[in-house]
Amino acid sequence: MLNRFFTDQLYLGLAQSAAAGLVAFGVVLLARSRKVHLESEAAVALLRGLVQIVAVGSVLVALLRGPQWTSIFLLVAMVLAAAAISAKRAKGIPGSYRIAAWSISCGAGSVIAVMTILGVIDTAITALIPVGSMLIANAMNTTGLALNRFRSDVLAHVGEIETALALGAKPNESIAPYVQSSFESSLIPAIDSLRSLGIVWIPGMMAGMLVSGSRPIYAAIYQFVVMAMIFASSGLTSLLCTMLVRSHAFTDAEQLLLRGESH
Amino acid sequence: MPVVLRTERLTRLIGERKLVDGVSVEIRAGEVLAVVGPSGSGKSSFLRLLNRLDEPSSGTVFLQGTDYRQLPPSELRRRVGMVTQRAVLFPGSVYDNLGFGPRQRGEQLAPELARKLLDRVGLPGYLEHDVAHLSGGEAQRVSIARALANEPTVLLLDEPTSALDEASKSGVESLLKEIIAERELTCVMVTHDVAQAERMATSVLVLEQGRVQRHGTVGEVLHA
Repeated sequence: MLNRFFTDQLYLGLAQSAAAGLVAFGVVLLARSRKVHLESEAAVALLRGLVQIVAVGSVLVALLRGPQWTSIFLLVAMVLAAAAISAKRAKGIPGSYRIAAWSISCGAGSVIAVMTILGVIDTAITALIPVGSMLIANAMNTTGLALNRFRSDVLAHVGEIETALALGAKPNESIAPYVQSSFESSLIPAIDSLRSLGIVWIPGMMAGMLVSGSRPIYAAIYQFVVMAMIFASSGLTSLLCTMLVRSHAFTDAEQLLLRGESH
Repeated sequence: MPVVLRTERLTRLIGERKLVDGVSVEIRAGEVLAVVGPSGSGKSSFLRLLNRLDEPSSGTVFLQGTDYRQLPPSELRRRVGMVTQRAVLFPGSVYDNLGFGPRQRGEQLAPELARKLLDRVGLPGYLEHDVAHLSGGEAQRVSIARALANEPTVLLLDEPTSALDEASKSGVESLLKEIIAERELTCVMVTHDVAQAERMATSVLVLEQGRVQRHGTVGEVLHA
């Protein structure tokens, strides 16, 4: 219906954004009626999302005209931003930004590098940036989930961890069940996405390839490739993140730092 | 009797607040030191410094003459065992729990030794029981046996009977008293119950706002 009123693509996009924003705002109002107040957070997130994606679009336009190596800087900037966002889920964990930055850069970064070298990801900026950003974004979500779960599990089991330490256990042993549970739970979204691929949802990448005229079977296979890469980078990121966070949870004298109270 | 544990101006600060403030005491072999004082006086904070679960802001502890900062923490904690207010048992059987400490050193607790420990804490035949089905009193007895399986030199007791019902309380207290005497264990026991301190301890340390108010034998401190 909107395309009848707007012939210019830019105005059409703005009108579509306003329509989608109104629907989202309706949900916020619905939540408000249930005494869940998301107004300011949702408004900021929606506005921020719109500004960010338009800014990235503009940067992409500029990059497309520039040399290929500039894409590395954009990917690095994405990793640093992703680390800052996921570290917010780790309130109270010392060095959470460094943990997130190392995990995402090594986890997602190594998968992007290997896949690019193998030719699975095209080196063209138009391919490398969107696919790379998908891997980084998913690695960010995984890191946030892993850190959040680790934090809540450790805080809920301070007694068990300190009992183990008091019996002569090493920090890694005392915390092992919570490291494992945070690793497992952080990968649930990636596993579920892979499981439901094509049945519950057709991802945007495949839809985009179809719209741009790719052969449907290739679009489908490449979407699987992307999902497998997402799974690999998320898994590697989570593994690194849980390994790093484990060593940050204790002092050199093997005392639990993350206790949630002062003694 | 030789000094087993000696604290030297032991202090713990959280921000500006002094939880433990310059505590210096000597605890001799076989001595049972009761640490008493009002809530928030730093009793449990003091105890946690003794096995280095918390780090002193200043001062230190000497275990059998060695500054405990020179010992690997896991070795220190094996030698300075701890029984907490609420027994925290790991999921699994009673035997799994008793063997936890030895396993950390790559050793297997012999089932016969585990049975002897359980007999001693009044739980014969409990070796394969799932800890999920134990009562509070039974769980505390298992946690005592688990601490003993590490063959500690010093035993720290953090209000070991305060979370138990009246029926279990006296049983666990008598058990501890007997075991301490039998094994000639050196003990530091935090309690808010002065009568319990009188029944179990040989010496008393009174803390207030983290500082030593009085320290001496039970007679000197509680009956003066």
